[in-house]
Amino acid sequence: MSAILELKNVNKSFGGVQAVRDMTFKIETGELAGLIGPNGAGKTTIFNLITGVYDVTGGDIEFKGKNINRLKTYQVISLGIARTFQNLRLFTASSVLDNVMTAAQRHYRYSFFEALSHMGRWKKMERAAREESMTLLERVGLADRANQAAGTLPYGLQRRLEIARAISLRPELLLLDEPAAGMNAEEVEQLNVLIRDIHKDFNLTILLIEHHMDMVMEICPHIVCMNFGAKIAEGSPDEIQRHPEVLKAYLGEEE
Amino acid sequence: MEGYAGGVITLLAINCIAALGVSLFTGFTGVFTLGHAGYMAIGAYTTAILTVEYGVHFVPAIIIGGLMAMLIAYLIGIPTLKLVGDYYTIASLGLGEAIRLIIENWQSVTRGARGYPGIDNYTSMTVAIAFLVVMGIAMFFLVNSSYGRVFKACRDDYVAASLLGFNTARFRVLSLAISGFYCGVSGALLGGYMSFIQPVMFDMAKSTELVSVVVFGGLGSMSGCLIGTTILTLVTELFRPISQYRMLIYGLVLVMVMVLRPEGIMGTNELSVSYIKGLFCRKKKISATEGGVR
Repeated sequence: MSAILELKNVNKSFGGVQAVRDMTFKIETGELAGLIGPNGAGKTTIFNLITGVYDVTGGDIEFKGKNINRLKTYQVISLGIARTFQNLRLFTASSVLDNVMTAAQRHYRYSFFEALSHMGRWKKMERAAREESMTLLERVGLADRANQAAGTLPYGLQRRLEIARAISLRPELLLLDEPAAGMNAEEVEQLNVLIRDIHKDFNLTILLIEHHMDMVMEICPHIVCMNFGAKIAEGSPDEIQRHPEVLKAYLGEEE
Repeated sequence: MEGYAGGVITLLAINCIAALGVSLFTGFTGVFTLGHAGYMAIGAYTTAILTVEYGVHFVPAIIIGGLMAMLIAYLIGIPTLKLVGDYYTIASLGLGEAIRLIIENWQSVTRGARGYPGIDNYTSMTVAIAFLVVMGIAMFFLVNSSYGRVFKACRDDYVAASLLGFNTARFRVLSLAISGFYCGVSGALLGGYMSFIQPVMFDMAKSTELVSVVVFGGLGSMSGCLIGTTILTLVTELFRPISQYRMLIYGLVLVMVMVLRPEGIMGTNELSVSYIKGLFCRKKKISATEGGVR
């Protein structure tokens, strides 16, 4: 096994606020890992640093052994990283199918003049992109709603759509930012199954941020816990649950 | 059909071409512009000079005029569209005026503020309609392709678009360049229709008119912008006999749409068989529920 993602002493400060401090961890290829921590611990900032939405202040981020510190967001994505958002970022006015196709089309390209004239590869590529998108929508249980506007889907389904859209990029590393936020226990259970399945079926490495402790503990064999921008613990669910620093961060200190 | 009606149709086709360009940039890519008349001016003057001074046939001259406007748009787009937000809009405000003033003062080439006379009357109704049909079909095809989906993605959520691997700045510049081409061709056709062009024809008011027809027709709908252009062109023409009041009616129509249908006539829908069917079905449903209440 080799590390697909490695953070080495990553720092990020916004003015005087140090959002991420000396963050170091490694995700092995094929892992399903969790990143947990109380609100404001800097978890989403880590995702933003990996995907190039923010630039790191110090340290190195390596993806498949290649330094991606200075890459623009769209360049990071073409290397094989995809992510979802804590507060959904779907194209709400477009149809469910179009949302996925916008991502899937990167594997079915045609030239500008073929787009203007609808000749050449246009028909073949559009059909192939549509078919792949439909297969993915079936996978997440949204095929029957393909033509509905994405914004009109119930919340839980919008989350699934975002996951489908991210997978259609055919990434190697998938970053899920609180995929279960705002879901009830039953929906979380279904989501667990979905995440486990896509992890296996698409040969993905997944790093997920989550607040539902039981969910993380159940599906992630490898957990990184952070607080105030720094890593406080790393290990298996058992180790994390017993770790004194984690208990302190979540439950407060004993008198 | 020649004479007055033919003239109105020609003018309508010319306006529609410009509106298609602005609709792509403002309606589909989501960047407001207040200077697109400048690109029309570039197209008009380039074509006029090519046909009058160099005797170039009008068809290649029109296309070169469009390409010239496209080039200028591209050069302006690179620095201003890298930034997300209203930077281009602010720049376009000065830009349209700057282009007009350059034309006004570059006497040796453009003959200055008194205008450029003696352009061959090459824009017949057939020519204008032919250009509109070809360019209209290409535009409808473009927005119904992978490029169209990226433009819409940039408009709806540029962060999400860049996280799907798109260089959003590049697509915004592309969209501006295409819309510059459309406006350039439209300006070139206008020159051939009027056989006389003058910098004041491409002022701020023209730029505002271009955006207002697109907003009027519906941001994000190509058929909407065509309908909007048709209605607003006809309003100004039909009420020509009461010339003092026609701008009043023009304003009234605009305000009415903004109040009654803020999303524009078509919203983001395209005029199609299924859309019209949907319209009737919805009406049926509404009357059915009303019946139920009674």
